[in-house]
Amino acid sequence: MLGEGILKGLAETARNFFGSYVSKERLTTVQFPEERLPQAEAARNFPFLVYDGGDWQAGLRCVACQICEKECPPKCIFIEKSKDKKPDYLGKPQFFPAVFNIDVSVCMSCQICVEVCPFDAIEMDTAFELSTDNRFDGLLWRKAQLAKSNDYFHKIHPLGATEVDERLTAAKVKAETKTKTVVDSNTSPPLPQTDSGPTATR
Amino acid sequence: MTETMDQIFVILKHWLVGHSPVGVQPIVAAILSVVAIIVVFASLFALTTILERKGLGRFQNRYGPNRVGPYGLLQPLADGLKSLTKEDIVPHAADKAVHLLAPLLLVVAAFLGYAVLPIGRNMVAVNLDAGVLYFFAAGSIVELAIFMAGWSSRNKYSLLGAMRAIAQMISYEIPLILSAIVVIMTVGSLSTVAIVERQAGYTGIWPHWFVFTPWGFAGFVLFMIAATAESNRSPFDLPEGESEIIAGYYIEYSGFKFALFFLGEYIGMFAISGLAITLFLGGWSAPFYFLNWIPSYLWFFAKLFALIAMFIWVRSTLPRLRMDQLMNFAWKFMLPMALLNLVTAGVWRFMPPGPLRWLVCAILLVVPYILLGRGLMRSNKLEKRIYRFAEEGCTDRLTMSHGVKEHGFAAGRAPTDEYNAK
Repeated sequence: MLGEGILKGLAETARNFFGSYVSKERLTTVQFPEERLPQAEAARNFPFLVYDGGDWQAGLRCVACQICEKECPPKCIFIEKSKDKKPDYLGKPQFFPAVFNIDVSVCMSCQICVEVCPFDAIEMDTAFELSTDNRFDGLLWRKAQLAKSNDYFHKIHPLGATEVDERLTAAKVKAETKTKTVVDSNTSPPLPQTDSGPTATR
Repeated sequence: MTETMDQIFVILKHWLVGHSPVGVQPIVAAILSVVAIIVVFASLFALTTILERKGLGRFQNRYGPNRVGPYGLLQPLADGLKSLTKEDIVPHAADKAVHLLAPLLLVVAAFLGYAVLPIGRNMVAVNLDAGVLYFFAAGSIVELAIFMAGWSSRNKYSLLGAMRAIAQMISYEIPLILSAIVVIMTVGSLSTVAIVERQAGYTGIWPHWFVFTPWGFAGFVLFMIAATAESNRSPFDLPEGESEIIAGYYIEYSGFKFALFFLGEYIGMFAISGLAITLFLGGWSAPFYFLNWIPSYLWFFAKLFALIAMFIWVRSTLPRLRMDQLMNFAWKFMLPMALLNLVTAGVWRFMPPGPLRWLVCAILLVVPYILLGRGLMRSNKLEKRIYRFAEEGCTDRLTMSHGVKEHGFAAGRAPTDEYNAK
């Protein structure tokens, strides 16, 4: 009969109306600043630099090889190599970035820098509340701003961080045994440069 | 005591008028009434915007606005400040004078109707002998204002919206007035005060509201449907259909002019709800005899809130009609039913009271309703929609075109479902 559907519809919306006061499951709204949903493992927006240990300047994994700078499609990364060297996690002396800038107003969050980095030094961040009152300087992130600890990396990407850690430990163990063998046999020259970093394919 | 509470505003007005010089007393009295109406209904508008947004949220399993102030109650204040501080943009090619006048005229026209609405016992700004006629005459200025807005903006969408609005409002004005005429026939007066007084009696505890008669109920339903269309509210919001013509006639309005349109629309909705209350729901009279001690104006506003809630409920439920459905509904359903309702009211008037009168009048209304509903559904012939260009071509497209055909069939079915829903 004419009008039957309207009554059915009205009943349905009335059920919604009263149900939303009674059952919490109906209300799917997440009241954002107070409530937050956990972010997905694969969430990403802008890159950051990982450091090990407590001191960000000493523990920075980046060796200023500039591969990411060259690969970056929108050219948002700017790196200046240091004059001196500092020891990396294997104890080998390496260059480090004297300047490492990322212009996030240019960055397109493609993750290519992360894919190409042979040292697992750059990873994708998930922080998204990044508004600033200066669209030029405020969006040009410096090294100090970009450096974040390995613990933070574990917090935002638990699976990825564990995988990277395993790979780095394996490389370290391998390097140590090799050095030991070298020391023991006393036949071959020291390790070639390429073995200094983890070269495992991703 | 009850009497004083009921008449407190009337007494206050008389006291204030009594303290003014004799020469200006009529003007003071008029100004007091007008100011009271504007203040009360404008603040009711502010309250309704927040209630509507909260209510719509709940109907859709959301919270609705809850950030500004406790429970989001200061939201209208924030909205008002926002619209006041927004830039007022007038299109370069617009007719500037008409563009400015249209929102003002809309608000003025919407407010005019309140002059004859009895808000409480002895609480009416002017007791016109032709009150209902005046209300409809003033209400039709709204159409002019809307057309002015659509025309002066020099925008194809605003003009389309205005034309839709005119077509819709004129089509629905006929069933609106025809469904109101039954009350005028019964009461024998166009005065809104007389209409309410006629309904203020009781049999036992039950009131003599016209909605509790077969013709009154049908008239009320028809009146409310037509009123929804008149106030351009969903499901009859074609003139402003955001998804089709962006915002219709007020596409080129921004800032406070837009807020005025918003105000005018809600004020118009309250006015026409107030008239429905006056005509069918007994105006300011209490629903039961023993509740008579509650002041009359509170009853009026309680009924008004109930009707506003109904408007919001319907808005949250029904999708927008198509233009042809809208017109078919007005001319093929609303108009015949309103005319039949006139006949029924006449039959009711001349039959002796009793169950027989009820039976005859109910049959007179229900049988045509069912038949008309069936006829509407049948006349809407459904055929398999053929996509001429999609179905021509080579054989390997056959499976695809079959899919399209089925889809087309489903699309062809949709109008029936909507008619069923009606």
